[in-house]
Amino acid sequence: MATQSDKKQYDEMVKAASPASTVGVNCIKAFLVGGSICAIGQVFYNMFHNRGFAKEDAGLMVAGILIVTAIILTVLGLYNKLGKHAGAGSVVPITGFANAIAAPAIEYKKEGLVLGVGAKMFVIAGPVIVYGAMASVVVGLIYYFVK
Amino acid sequence: MNILWAFIVGGAICVIGQLLIDLTKLTPARILVLFVVAGCILGGFGWYDKLVEFAGAGASIPLPGFGNLLARGVKKAVDERGFLGVITGGFTAMAGGVTVAVVFGYLAALISSPKHKK
Repeated sequence: MATQSDKKQYDEMVKAASPASTVGVNCIKAFLVGGSICAIGQVFYNMFHNRGFAKEDAGLMVAGILIVTAIILTVLGLYNKLGKHAGAGSVVPITGFANAIAAPAIEYKKEGLVLGVGAKMFVIAGPVIVYGAMASVVVGLIYYFVK
Repeated sequence: MNILWAFIVGGAICVIGQLLIDLTKLTPARILVLFVVAGCILGGFGWYDKLVEFAGAGASIPLPGFGNLLARGVKKAVDERGFLGVITGGFTAMAGGVTVAVVFGYLAALISSPKHKK
């Protein structure tokens, strides 16, 4: 009996303590992983910038390297493993966008190259592009009339 | 030194995303949309570029940086070709990143077979 009530008490303690600490741990993991991805990006950026590439070109090359790396990790099944621990740390950087394109493309390959790969590729990337395009037109309109 | 700031600022932006996931039950897809739109609006005012100057990849690699890229692109296009720039600027700015992701995502699908769910 004692052990049962101990267990009950313990369960309640776990329940009370875990939400806040889980969020805390998740945030630390997201910070470390997301920060690391950005730091790696900065290392490449410095490298290209020091070799005389223009800002925009260096930026695109860095994004390209991170995107291709993330897709290779996705193929190997490693990016999803990282995502289980890193949460937003692997979702929010551009590598998460690349993973969101490659992962459904691979998963829905069996539904065909057109409606499987071609369509499912944009399950998450599509909304990002749609709302990004909408926002850019709004910004462009305001800029055109205000400037 | 700028590598450290990229780490800190990039990490902090991801923490904001993590808090949104854990505390608001927003799905990751909605957070990505939210971040891109937010980055585009902040970029429209020119505020996000200040963060990019300071934190480099720490600000440009997270998704708000993608939104900022769109804002920067559309403003540049409006400067260069007037009203038509409003409709071409955003997609021109995202062309590079999206094309790389689509091409390599497609190749990835071609060479791999879907994992069986355990």
